[in-house]
Amino acid sequence: MRSKYIDNTVIGLSIAFVVLIFADFFMAEWVRFIGLQSLARGAVALGLLILWRSGLVSFGHALYFGFGAYAAAMMTLIGYRDAFLLVFVGTAVAGILAFLLGFLLRRYRGIFFALLNLAFSMILYGVIVKTEALGSTDGFSVLTPTFLGYAPKGEAVQTTLFLFTLAFTYIITIGAHLYLKTTLGGMSMAVRENEIRVEYLGYSAERIIHVKYVFSGLVAGFGGAIMAMAIGQVDPDSMANWTVSGEFVFITILSGIGNVAATFIGALVFELIRTYAFEYAPQFWQFILGGSLLAIIMFLPEGIWSLVARLRRPQKAPSP
Amino acid sequence: MTLILEVSDLNKSFGAVIAAQDINVTVHEHEVIGIIGANGAGKTTFINMVTGYLKPTSGQIKFAGRSIVGLKPRDITVLGIARSFQVPQVFASETVFDNLLMVYAIVEESGLGLLAPLYNDQRAERVDAHLIRYKIADYRDANASALPQGIRKLLDIAMAAACKPTLLMLDEPTSGISIDEKFELMDVIMEALRQDKTTVLFIEHDMEIVERYVSRVLAFYQGRIICDAPVAEAMVNPDVREFVIGEEFHRTRTQNDNGAGENNA
Repeated sequence: MRSKYIDNTVIGLSIAFVVLIFADFFMAEWVRFIGLQSLARGAVALGLLILWRSGLVSFGHALYFGFGAYAAAMMTLIGYRDAFLLVFVGTAVAGILAFLLGFLLRRYRGIFFALLNLAFSMILYGVIVKTEALGSTDGFSVLTPTFLGYAPKGEAVQTTLFLFTLAFTYIITIGAHLYLKTTLGGMSMAVRENEIRVEYLGYSAERIIHVKYVFSGLVAGFGGAIMAMAIGQVDPDSMANWTVSGEFVFITILSGIGNVAATFIGALVFELIRTYAFEYAPQFWQFILGGSLLAIIMFLPEGIWSLVARLRRPQKAPSP
Repeated sequence: MTLILEVSDLNKSFGAVIAAQDINVTVHEHEVIGIIGANGAGKTTFINMVTGYLKPTSGQIKFAGRSIVGLKPRDITVLGIARSFQVPQVFASETVFDNLLMVYAIVEESGLGLLAPLYNDQRAERVDAHLIRYKIADYRDANASALPQGIRKLLDIAMAAACKPTLLMLDEPTSGISIDEKFELMDVIMEALRQDKTTVLFIEHDMEIVERYVSRVLAFYQGRIICDAPVAEAMVNPDVREFVIGEEFHRTRTQNDNGAGENNA
């Protein structure tokens, strides 16, 4: 082992981070917008990946995504518009909600866990739709963010927001990667494979799941807050509806759970497929989206990351 | 010898079925105890109650002087009682090494230590030493789901023993193992556990195994303990012979080449 912390994933992520910083200044506006959305959705998928590693799938993470987005957007309603503050609030409230609901959800597995999440997310959706003050189904617009006093204008807003998002996403992703290598992170496997054994080793499987659940809530809230600022608008159908949860699961399947970097590649591929499908086949874009999911499941059951893993495997020496 | 486990007036019923009735047992340090009894006699129920998986209907279980009734299996494991399972409970999709690495990490770390990397070279060395002691080092990189039954059993027991318990309870360690492999397996386990000075309590159907490895026998019948005696005494106990060993077992009468059973020669 070279180092306890630096490995190929950390190096790869760091290179991608630096490259994207420079690319930010040359990107076409629509590319940057797709990039921003990919980072936001990828962050949510990262949370789902962490849950998935312990065998849990959530069909309701639009709950935390929407909660984070609306919390950030509501801050601008009362006059706060600093991006750091908005992201902090969006992430924190989603994390607190995940912590509280976690006490209930950590007792469920499989389909019950998936659908209980869905149920909670639809409660949030219902509340938003019924609340006139939050614009009901139309939502409301979000003020252009400032960055610690710096108030960019025009294209500079998105350029700065992209850098801002990139930096946070980088930190979160490296953190998630290192976390998965810790004992606590590694216990995902143990919980997925055999909870009885985990209990008889003296550790609570439910506590492990709760930690993961809070993490997934935090990053989903983060993704929601970023999305609210990127689009400049929040509305229930693109923030809190069950279809949004479905997109996150879609991205996670597309990416595979082999590596934290995969979720961002998956999110980008998802955005590209959707954008182009909508552009060239406005009547059939959902058909194309569904078709690509089917193709992934049939030909790459372990997701896009299995392509990378396949490239690397032949060079890997058998472990000593 | 120090008293470590004290079970008194333990009862367990599932509706109308009585699974345990007035169980009174004391276990001292370094004892090796065999639990025998027909299927449904309450042997596994007893282990399940001591390890916290089942809550007794009434009665008291004291471990190292403190009551452990109502504690969860994980709390009891931390206090020092570990168990293995009749059907091995392993992390099936992982290698033997990774199974034990996980076990060592969970056992060794707590609090913030859980955020240290799972793998480190010192821990890997300890795991490899453990694999050698349990004679499963040849299967180090094999997937746990692809192991022969005997090796999977050993892995399951090695995982329980890695908790470094004071008291280890083995639920039928030799079930599903061919006759010629049984003694080999038990030799490996008992030798390793003797080195660790672990107190062992195991369920066993094979009387040859019982006679060879245990010092004391608990015979269960219909939820009660009908005999609690040194092994030689238990083997000639009329109740044990009638309700546990049954008519087909004549070995102690006809041959006594085995040290433990020779008092009736």
